[in-house]
Amino acid sequence: MSVKLLYFAWVRERIGKPAEEVEPPPGIATVADLIAWLSKRGDEYAHAFENPKVIRTAIDRAHVKTDAAIAGAREIAFFPPMTGG
Amino acid sequence: MAATIRLQREPFDAAAEAAALARGRTDIGAIVTFTGICRGEENGAPIAALTLEHYPEMAQAEIARQVEAAEARWSLLGLCVIHRFGRIEPGAEIVLVVTASSHRHDAFAAAEFLMDYLKTHAPFWKQVEQAGAKSGDKSGDKTWVAAKSSDESAAERWVNAEQIGREQP
Repeated sequence: MSVKLLYFAWVRERIGKPAEEVEPPPGIATVADLIAWLSKRGDEYAHAFENPKVIRTAIDRAHVKTDAAIAGAREIAFFPPMTGG
Repeated sequence: MAATIRLQREPFDAAAEAAALARGRTDIGAIVTFTGICRGEENGAPIAALTLEHYPEMAQAEIARQVEAAEARWSLLGLCVIHRFGRIEPGAEIVLVVTASSHRHDAFAAAEFLMDYLKTHAPFWKQVEQAGAKSGDKSGDKTWVAAKSSDESAAERWVNAEQIGREQP
């Protein structure tokens, strides 16, 4: 099952692209699993996710915690804490 | 209840938006209009501009959720949220929240609630462009603004207050 990933702010800058499609292998069940799996894809990913505590995640445009299941997600976004308003 | 939510690059006119919300109505007794403005300094250093990145589809959905929460919690007769993105210079407006109700308590509370939630949950990210960059310098260099824990605490107190309210006999 492929899922679209979106990256914003310095997460996007470190990874070097705003979006991509990935196919996580079976066993990648939660957001935390996905972040750990992505971190191994290359130095730029490891750098982006080096402090998972400051990474925020949205699944299908709604905030989720890192224990959220990714099954069925169409769009998963990773970004730093927000500074709008 | 009519709620306007707009994300836009262009400046807005706070007074005109508040006037439009109240036009022709005699049930509104209170309108609160909050404008967030770009300051000229960040962490003690003068800035040339802020640039706001955003996640458009989620920003629209998330602000709509916050508006729905405000409507459920307070008696509102009208509401308008406008959030700009892109490059914004000191003195220029960034965000508008207008709330209208019969009496002032709900309008004030809903406006503050929405601002606390916009600061922490709306997917926007600010970059600072330092002042004093001369042409030919490595300018266009921007640094990301860090989120503030005081903003997180401000948003959390609405959750705590609601929980306490529910526990009251």
